[in-house]
Amino acid sequence: MYFSGNGAVEQSLRIDKLTKRYAVKDAAGPIVALDAISLTVGKGEFIAILGPSGCGKSTLLHIIAGLVSADGSVVAHGKTVAGPGFDRGLVFQDYALFPWRTVLENVAFGLEIKKVPANAREPIAREHIAAVGLAGFEHRYPSQLSGGMKQRAAIARALAYDPEVLLMDEPFAALDAQCREILQGELLRIWEKTGKTVVFVTHSIEEAVFLAQRVVVMTARPGRIKQVVDIDLPAGRAAGDVRSSPQFAALRHLIWELLAEEVDKTAEGFLARPAPEARTRRSLFGLLSAAVSREGG
Amino acid sequence: MRALALRFLVVAVLVGAWELLPRAAIVNANFLTPASVVADSLWRQIASGEIDRHVLVSLERILYGLGLSVIIGVPLGLATGSFKTFDGAVDAPLQAGRQVSAIALFPVFILFFGIGEMSKVMIILWASVWPVILNTTAGVKGIDPILIRSARSMNAKGVTLFRKVILPAAAPSIFTGIRLGAAYAFMVLVAAEMIGANAGLGFLVLHSQEIFKIPEMYAAIVALALLGLAFNKLLLLIEHSATAWRDAAGH
Ligand SMILES: Nc1ncnc2c1ncn2[C@@H]1O[C@H](COP(=O)(O)OP(=O)(O)OP(=O)(O)O)[C@@H](O)[C@H]1O
Ligand SMILES: [Mg+2]
Repeated sequence: MYFSGNGAVEQSLRIDKLTKRYAVKDAAGPIVALDAISLTVGKGEFIAILGPSGCGKSTLLHIIAGLVSADGSVVAHGKTVAGPGFDRGLVFQDYALFPWRTVLENVAFGLEIKKVPANAREPIAREHIAAVGLAGFEHRYPSQLSGGMKQRAAIARALAYDPEVLLMDEPFAALDAQCREILQGELLRIWEKTGKTVVFVTHSIEEAVFLAQRVVVMTARPGRIKQVVDIDLPAGRAAGDVRSSPQFAALRHLIWELLAEEVDKTAEGFLARPAPEARTRRSLFGLLSAAVSREGG
Repeated sequence: MRALALRFLVVAVLVGAWELLPRAAIVNANFLTPASVVADSLWRQIASGEIDRHVLVSLERILYGLGLSVIIGVPLGLATGSFKTFDGAVDAPLQAGRQVSAIALFPVFILFFGIGEMSKVMIILWASVWPVILNTTAGVKGIDPILIRSARSMNAKGVTLFRKVILPAAAPSIFTGIRLGAAYAFMVLVAAEMIGANAGLGFLVLHSQEIFKIPEMYAAIVALALLGLAFNKLLLLIEHSATAWRDAAGH
């Protein structure tokens, strides 16, 4: 196991021997999505998770968010995770905004659930909308927004109810390069300002190196932690042109090599294993029964 | 513009035929009253307020029957759409039930509830509840699971999850079911009002025929059609204001 040197820092997340198996009908045995993942994330830390497609990154985030159960344990701020909670906020890859709610109403959703009084909700929501640069679009519906704007709205929604940990699942994957860079900068700014812990899943090595303090590289399925790379780039990355520095290039290359081995593995076994798209969309039934069974706990 | 002109043309030809066929004695004018005479009869009944009572009684039956359908059908559909075991348990009776014609059950309802209002409301309920249940179920099953996950990640659960996510997400489909239910409700309303009623547009149709007031009979039939159209329009208005976000998306 590899831990970077912030043992003394207050812990935000402690993930211990997390294993997730999916029972799949037409497969011989269960699919092992995650295999004994252990990881500690310090308070206020920004970590990125990189790994080949299908290695279980989304699964890991969803387990931390309390949406999916697994063997092993996740402890968030000293409390074992048994379900979703306001201490963790998840930003989905495909926004997952509610199409029947305006930006303002979407951002206020978590506040409603948190039972923040109605008159206090709007100013909080507006503040977060402004923070992601969406002021003036409060009354637009998601269908009236561009991809980048939807992503901003989704980030504002997760920030609004003030979770201590922000879990982000490839949030910028669908955006064009320019929009991506702008949002990366804004995310760093928000992170520096709020001091939140961020767990950021991405496919982009650049993005991981640019944003994170540590990059967790995962193996191809079954997902294990291959290596955790410390990113010791100068602070205040948002301002300077870090991307073209030699340290940046060296780190990018190191991670690239780590990943290449894993991606090769995936390619070799490509015909033998189901394509990543083959994962079954969990039915609403499953989600609701999970929601209901969680109620008890 | 041309489409509109065409629509007018079609209506004009139909009404023209209705007017001219009896006038030219191609169809017996005692059986088919010319359109203008029917319009005149309808207008007089509206002006004198004679028809009000019948419209109100019919509307009341529709509102009770359809209202009950919504009260019963929407929660039932939400449950069958959400809970697989429940869906499996009630699927057979639901499939069988919707095959049983409401008209066929009318004698049964009369047996249980007498000849009065109750049995009429029941037959309307029976006819209109199935599309409400089925469309609500389909609406819930069609919700993108990501939206549920998204809500759950923000700690929404139980009744709140239903009220704030499942219901609005399934709303378009639920409204379709209600409008379909309303169409069925109007169909069986007439049948129900032909048995043991002394008011209502269906009664007026049959009664006018019995006392050989054929123009009044046609006037009542036209009134039924107009009422049905107006009711559908009203439901559409409610639907549009409740799902305004869809218009924003340019649907
Ligand atoms: N509900 C499920 N049922 C069965 N298998 C699943 C389910 N969800 C995920 N899997 C499988 O678990 C593995 C990990 O999936 P996951 O979505 O976490 O991967 P990922 O690393 O996020 O991939 P990507 O980079 O493509 O988003 C995949 O092989 C997938 O097929
Ligand atoms: Mg993923």
